[in-house]
Amino acid sequence: MMEPIQASNPQTIATDGFRLHPEDEAAMREEAGHYEQPQAACIEALKIVQRRHGWVPDEAIPAIARVLGVGPASVEGVATFYSLIFRQPVGRHVVLVCDSSSCFLTGYDQLRQALSDRLGIGFGETTADDRFTLLPACCLGACDGGPAMMIGDDVYGPVTGEDLPGILEGYP
Amino acid sequence: MNSQRQSPVYRSRILQPAPERQPKSHPLTWRLRDDGQVVDLKDYEAKEGYVALRQVLEAGDPQAVIATMKEANVRGRGGAGFSAGLKWSLTMQGPDMPRGYIVCNADEMEPGTFKDRLLMEQQPHLLIEGMVLAAFANNARYGYIFLRGEYVESARVLAQALVEARQAGWLGDDIAGSCFDFDIALHTGAGRYICGEETALLNSLEGHRANPRAKPPFPGQSGAWGKPTVVNNVETLCNVPAVMLRGAEWYQGLSGGRTEDGGTKLYGVSGLVNRPGLWELPIGTSGQEVLELAEGLRDGRRLKAWLPGGASTGFLLPEHLDLPLDFDTVGGEGSRLGTGLITVVTEEQGMVSLIRNLEEFFARESCGWCTPCRDGLPWAVKLLLALERGEGEPGDIELLDKLAADCGPGLTFCAHAPGAAMPLQTALKHFRHEFEQGLRQPGGQAREIPVAEGQT
Repeated sequence: MMEPIQASNPQTIATDGFRLHPEDEAAMREEAGHYEQPQAACIEALKIVQRRHGWVPDEAIPAIARVLGVGPASVEGVATFYSLIFRQPVGRHVVLVCDSSSCFLTGYDQLRQALSDRLGIGFGETTADDRFTLLPACCLGACDGGPAMMIGDDVYGPVTGEDLPGILEGYP
Repeated sequence: MNSQRQSPVYRSRILQPAPERQPKSHPLTWRLRDDGQVVDLKDYEAKEGYVALRQVLEAGDPQAVIATMKEANVRGRGGAGFSAGLKWSLTMQGPDMPRGYIVCNADEMEPGTFKDRLLMEQQPHLLIEGMVLAAFANNARYGYIFLRGEYVESARVLAQALVEARQAGWLGDDIAGSCFDFDIALHTGAGRYICGEETALLNSLEGHRANPRAKPPFPGQSGAWGKPTVVNNVETLCNVPAVMLRGAEWYQGLSGGRTEDGGTKLYGVSGLVNRPGLWELPIGTSGQEVLELAEGLRDGRRLKAWLPGGASTGFLLPEHLDLPLDFDTVGGEGSRLGTGLITVVTEEQGMVSLIRNLEEFFARESCGWCTPCRDGLPWAVKLLLALERGEGEPGDIELLDKLAADCGPGLTFCAHAPGAAMPLQTALKHFRHEFEQGLRQPGGQAREIPVAEGQT
């Protein structure tokens, strides 16, 4: 296992052409301080990379591993398990469409179809202008507003096909 | 209030207006504001906030807190219904034990459930006070709120409230001059329903894949980083301050003789009803009463079936509407109370399609650790898809029976697959004719569109 780099001895971590931003490295170390073992900050570290790059490229994995003092395989295992860690490029705005039971019973099929028609993409795809990526999501906890969806940090529901142009306009 | 056309931005809300929510009858929601704004520290302190904590710390008797929780019989509001007081009494503590952790399970992801979101977005200090009380009772040194990543608003509100509580001395060293020290960090996840399973949650908290752990040891013996750890749901922890302030007898009395269980419950309804939403009601309120608050089904539809508390509970029928919604009664009907938030299914909505949707969910969200779950659930989905298209083969329904039985309690590593089996089994029992319609035959087709075009 690689030695973690001490906070007192900061140095730029670069792996396979990936350069971890010093601010991101500092943020990861701060997160790691909340736990008995720094590995607990793994998901947060992946999210920190994702916030800057939009997704988590393969080359970022060993860099995160070095900060946290764990093996790259541990980080890779976590990065591939969680659905909100993106391992390929996504659009500027990720649209999460709730496909769970309450939304299914209140018009999910129509909402998904309307979104696909409007954006010209299906689940797992990104529009040609890199603006939107469409993904299914577990129950968003907005069941009294089903069918629901999320764009970035914003939750919408109940959403009909007529609402979509106005909503999507807010995400250039 | 269905006319949300102008602004489809989703806002969490309680549907009872403030005058209906009183301290002695609505311990979870009486402080909530009608305008939906956050009850901040000042507002919370002005409404009996942190009074229970001050009293408990002054009394200085952790065992008395546990005894009161046991006597009040606060049953786990995350869905399992296990006595929180009993869980606390089984948590290891003593001079030879390291101080452990309080982990709040805020990974609300059970389909049909939207209650913890309300408590966290609008009243964060009630949860914080509940966690500090739990920490004192269990001699925990640190707490984590394990929050699902999609709850961005909850994260914002909780982060702010943690700062407020720390500044006011309700977190940190020497809380309220008691020499008790405890602090809380917010830990946000990145998806995956399985994180709500308490041992998977601990693995996720530690930065691993969210596979469940073997029990025993239970988290109370060896949880986060091998330390004694209490994992409680948001709503469970939010009950603690009022129990400490008003006592176990008062809490027991809240159910008004409807049931043996004590307290109130956040009940809710989603699906094609006129007024979907959330209410704080005495535990043991009937499904009928909750559906009446939801003002019945839309456009004169008729009720076919309902899930009492999320996707992993069994289907109940209209004839079950008069039963009290408590853990033991619903459990006795082949279902579970679960989270207590009802999903309604109307006559027009096809059960095969709905079950296919549910099993797709469980198959996708399986962590893959044990075989019945990892391989059995996708197999069930495959059979259901065939039945939905009218291409089922003879024996498919019996195979679904077997798959459901093989995913039952005790046969898998955690409760995920049994949770998937329960709706499947109950649907096969109550609506077998719909599955039979999906067998290959001239014109056979079980699929019915859940919401016909133009009827939303």
